[in-house]
Amino acid sequence: MKMTDRRITLLFTCITGLTILILVFIIGFIMVKGLPGLTLSFLLESPKEMGRTGGIFPAIVGTVLLTGMAVVIAAPVGVLTAVYLTEYTRDTWLPKIVRFGTESLAGIPSIIFGLFGFLFFVIYMDLGWSVLSGALTLSAMILPTIVRTSEEAIRAVPDAYREVSFALGSTRWQTVTSVVLPSAKPGIMTGVMLAVGRAIGETAAVIFTAGSSLRLPGTLLDSTRTLPVHFYILAREGISLENAYSTALVLILLILVINITAYAVMNRLANKGR
Amino acid sequence: MSETEAAQDRACKISARNFSFFYGEHCALRDINLEIKRNQLLTIMGPSGSGKTTFLRSLNRLGDLIPGTRHEGSLEIDGTDVYSPGVDVADLRRRVGMVFALPVALPMSIFNNVAHGPRMQGIRHSKKLEKIVEKALRDAILWDEVKDRLSDHASRLSGGQLQRLSIARVLALEPEIVLLDEPTSGLDPISTLKIEELLWELVDRYTIVLVTHNPLQGARIDSETAFLLMGELVETGSAYDIFTRPKDKRTEDYVSGKFG
Repeated sequence: MKMTDRRITLLFTCITGLTILILVFIIGFIMVKGLPGLTLSFLLESPKEMGRTGGIFPAIVGTVLLTGMAVVIAAPVGVLTAVYLTEYTRDTWLPKIVRFGTESLAGIPSIIFGLFGFLFFVIYMDLGWSVLSGALTLSAMILPTIVRTSEEAIRAVPDAYREVSFALGSTRWQTVTSVVLPSAKPGIMTGVMLAVGRAIGETAAVIFTAGSSLRLPGTLLDSTRTLPVHFYILAREGISLENAYSTALVLILLILVINITAYAVMNRLANKGR
Repeated sequence: MSETEAAQDRACKISARNFSFFYGEHCALRDINLEIKRNQLLTIMGPSGSGKTTFLRSLNRLGDLIPGTRHEGSLEIDGTDVYSPGVDVADLRRRVGMVFALPVALPMSIFNNVAHGPRMQGIRHSKKLEKIVEKALRDAILWDEVKDRLSDHASRLSGGQLQRLSIARVLALEPEIVLLDEPTSGLDPISTLKIEELLWELVDRYTIVLVTHNPLQGARIDSETAFLLMGELVETGSAYDIFTRPKDKRTEDYVSGKFG
């Protein structure tokens, strides 16, 4: 018995090690390729000659703007939908149908969302290739993820909390805001972070809707280019592989910074509740 | 109505008349007739599944949360049927506090646990809240144990402390009636004793209904006692009568430990 146990432990250690190795290799590879080009001026300057030289500042702004707006639009809608499905219509057919719908939507390739955004926001709503079109498309794309994870998190809140709150004379809405949502917050935050990750790395949906302008967007109706799109164009059109790698590195670092900040803020909020 | 009758009527806080409660087809309570006087401690005793909890949850209408339930007959508090259409359920639940079998810490600090109810009533003034919390904790005989760590997360309390916190949480709303659903079922003997003693201190100010499946607890508390069995109210009387000269054979079997 003990021998098999030890062997299985060894097997799992190897598999986990392999996973870590792959991750480290990918990030290490990009770091080695991208670090030489990563200077302060690369971060703060505008690109010149289609990005062959110069920096990527407008793309950083475009990425943060697009992702930020998409999350600001999708998170409240998604969380409130999840609250409605779990707290107000729990035992009806509605949550089942919406759940099926969100699961199907979450599995749809992002390029389909891009096509939809292009036809609906860019052409039909006449928003053009713009930050707004891109953000709306991205928010539609990440909405299912947010609804689904928030619903899971809210469902995981023990019913005993709700009962105690109701028994203390709280209304349903008071129970939701004062007991249910604070308990579900870590789970909801994880869902939102997953959504941020999906939105920030998106290429297909963005290139169709926000365009690929290299200039700094002045208004929400200007076209912009995000880091993944910039990276894609640099690499695809063979403009500058060095800058492509540096751009990829910036994207990875940006995701890292956002994740760390989000969890720090979350921990702070969680401690404040105590 | 004569004057004595009127006085008696006033003294009657809770009154059930032919009250039945159903979960779908299943009848959990059948034709219950029971009166509970103001500032009375009533112990409802009975084995699991006898409908004790259902009766408590009817009084504060927590049973409503389960779909497919219905009732028959009347269940009145101060002469008003709790199921009449004009009743504000949230207000009813504030007046009829409930302590659950499993001690539950709301995921917040000790202070906020107790302040939660008053806050939901719109009391925001921090000095006022502090006063309410202190009084409720003192009444629940928990103050001395927690006064230096009110901002600790409530889940750090022991089971017995947590159950007294649950009682403080209810008292903070200054209810008229306190319902306790097997409040000591998960507690050690010393914590149990503390809570049982607490009940007799509270009964001067509140009408208390305690549910227990343990006849020994019923005997210890020694109050008015009702015996429920399979949704039927078998017998009511003083604990002394119920335990020494039960009128019904089933009561005798239960208190002598033949089943339960």
